[in-house]
Amino acid sequence: MNKIIKFVIIDILKNKIVLVYTLLLAVFSWSAFGLEDNSSKGILTLLNIVLLIVPLVSILFSTIYIYNSSEFIELLVSQPVERKKIWQSLFVGLSLSLVFAYLIGAGIPLLLYAEQSVGLMMIAVGCIISVVFVAIAFLGSILSRDKAKGIGIAILLWLYFALLFDGLVLFLLFQLADYPIEKMMVGITATSPIDLARILILLHLDVSAMMGYTGAIFKDFFGSTTGLIIAFTLLALWIVVPFLLSLQIFKRKDL
Amino acid sequence: MKMKIVLFFIALLIFAPISKATIIGVGKQKAFTQIKQAIAAAQAGDTVLVESGLYKEGNIVINKKIFFLGNNLPILDGEHKFEILSIKADSVTVKGFRVQHSGYATLDDPGGIKVYDSNFVTISENDLYDNFFGIYIQYGTHCVVKNNTIVAFGKDEQQIGNGIHCWKSDSLQIIGNHVSGHRDGIYFEFVTHSVIWRNISFDNLRYGLHFMFSNNDAYFTNLFKNNGAGVAVMYTKNVTMMNNTFEENWGDAAYGLLLKEISDSYISGNFFQRNTSGIYMEGTNRIKAEKNVFKSNGWGMKIQASCMDNVINNNNFIKNTFDISTNGTLVLNTFNENYWDKYEGYDLNKDNIGDIPYHPLSLFSVIVENNEPAMLLYRSFMVSLLDKSEKMLPSLTPENFIDNKPLMRAAKL
Repeated sequence: MNKIIKFVIIDILKNKIVLVYTLLLAVFSWSAFGLEDNSSKGILTLLNIVLLIVPLVSILFSTIYIYNSSEFIELLVSQPVERKKIWQSLFVGLSLSLVFAYLIGAGIPLLLYAEQSVGLMMIAVGCIISVVFVAIAFLGSILSRDKAKGIGIAILLWLYFALLFDGLVLFLLFQLADYPIEKMMVGITATSPIDLARILILLHLDVSAMMGYTGAIFKDFFGSTTGLIIAFTLLALWIVVPFLLSLQIFKRKDL
Repeated sequence: MKMKIVLFFIALLIFAPISKATIIGVGKQKAFTQIKQAIAAAQAGDTVLVESGLYKEGNIVINKKIFFLGNNLPILDGEHKFEILSIKADSVTVKGFRVQHSGYATLDDPGGIKVYDSNFVTISENDLYDNFFGIYIQYGTHCVVKNNTIVAFGKDEQQIGNGIHCWKSDSLQIIGNHVSGHRDGIYFEFVTHSVIWRNISFDNLRYGLHFMFSNNDAYFTNLFKNNGAGVAVMYTKNVTMMNNTFEENWGDAAYGLLLKEISDSYISGNFFQRNTSGIYMEGTNRIKAEKNVFKSNGWGMKIQASCMDNVINNNNFIKNTFDISTNGTLVLNTFNENYWDKYEGYDLNKDNIGDIPYHPLSLFSVIVENNEPAMLLYRSFMVSLLDKSEKMLPSLTPENFIDNKPLMRAAKL
């Protein structure tokens, strides 16, 4: 299994796209912190990167990579290697390279410039988000043999999580404004990894505003240790569930 | 003969006051062992000097003009039953006592030190510990409360009184006190022409400072930190609030400074940091707020539509989640030459004033005002997009809610 992971990582490095991605993240982050004298604005720029660009790159790159290595996968399947191992190695290799890209590109400036609690939270959340979207890419790409369709699914999923979901929540909020929906809203946000990530960071970034009435409900929930554990468990589920589903399909799939 | 008479009168003038004022010691090795006996024996103008020790004498009434001084912080204990010191004479000085464990009664509000209908009373350098009310002044004028430390451990608003409670008084000076753990740190009701200066009021259950119907007062250079609901100034006019710091007043109904039905007041040089709302204004008129700093608050200012003719100039708004919010579309207040760190305009003629007006009211702050759970969506990309387009073409936010001369750089304050 380690050999396959090593092979995948070397292959990704040769491909250079992840290197460029690292560089881009670094340029973005350094300039975000360097241009503004007030570090909270830099954090906001980075927040948008974590919530938009990291998921987009993770899901698209992984999807395309899986499609492109279909011949490699077929070759491996013909060897005496468990299918499970192959799929897991691919997943670990992709996740590791994207997480390292994020850590080097955005993690270092975050550690240097941001307040410690916000910085560490952004780093943790960014890594998890990278892996979540790799897992979603695995599920998306196993569902269709057609590459164009697969990439289409990836883009649509990204659009849904990054943009559409918030719009839907906003719409719901206005429709149900007359009801006490605060607690329900906490539940609804758990259905989108990007929203979960955003709220975790928000609680550190806008702590004063979050102490207001509704904010306090979120703060009580996500701010406490159990809440944090629940939030991170949910994010972990967003990794585990799509991946295991894709693994089940891959095991039985006729390549 | 004439000379002798003149000399006699001169002698009388010189010696009379001295010969009259004596020092009466209270303590184990002194003339009196009980404070009450010493006060009974004292004449107006005498000094009652209490040596250190524990005195449990129930309610001590000072009903003549004396200097009541403690040496090495003698302890007056109310055993949770009595009001400890009652001052019922003018020009009394109380200095250097530790006053602890007063009684608790909601009918007559016993205090650690209570002043009844008296003028020119000075209460200084005392240590008040675990009392129902700390220092209580009713119908007092020209009284001075200075450098006292007032500590209590209230759990519930109904079970504890205020640190410094002033009622129907005039010309008071509240200076340099530390108050914590009471219901309101400093409470003013019907108190006029008074000054509150250099106090620190923190960890109180309700307000750090509470004004009601108290006109023509001023408070300067105080620190109000982490009180249940911040500071409230209500139903009052002509209040000057300068150089105070309002910090970490967190909660839904907690405000750095709550202004309700205030008019003709002046707010300047204050520092609002990490409050849920820096200033909350409701029904306030003709207030001038200038040269204040609002930093890292949830809401810098919440200005309800019931406010009019307020002028908000030369303030710095830095790192707030929302700089301003309001609950209506009517805007009768003016903003000018403030610094907003969210301003994105340019300054071609380099006069430090942005060339495009700034709309401090973001669409999302209006949405949150009407629909609080929407706070959940803050900083999502969708919301940033909505905000951006609203900034270009205001439709939901009032168009005249505007700073025509936003500063490019923070004013130096």
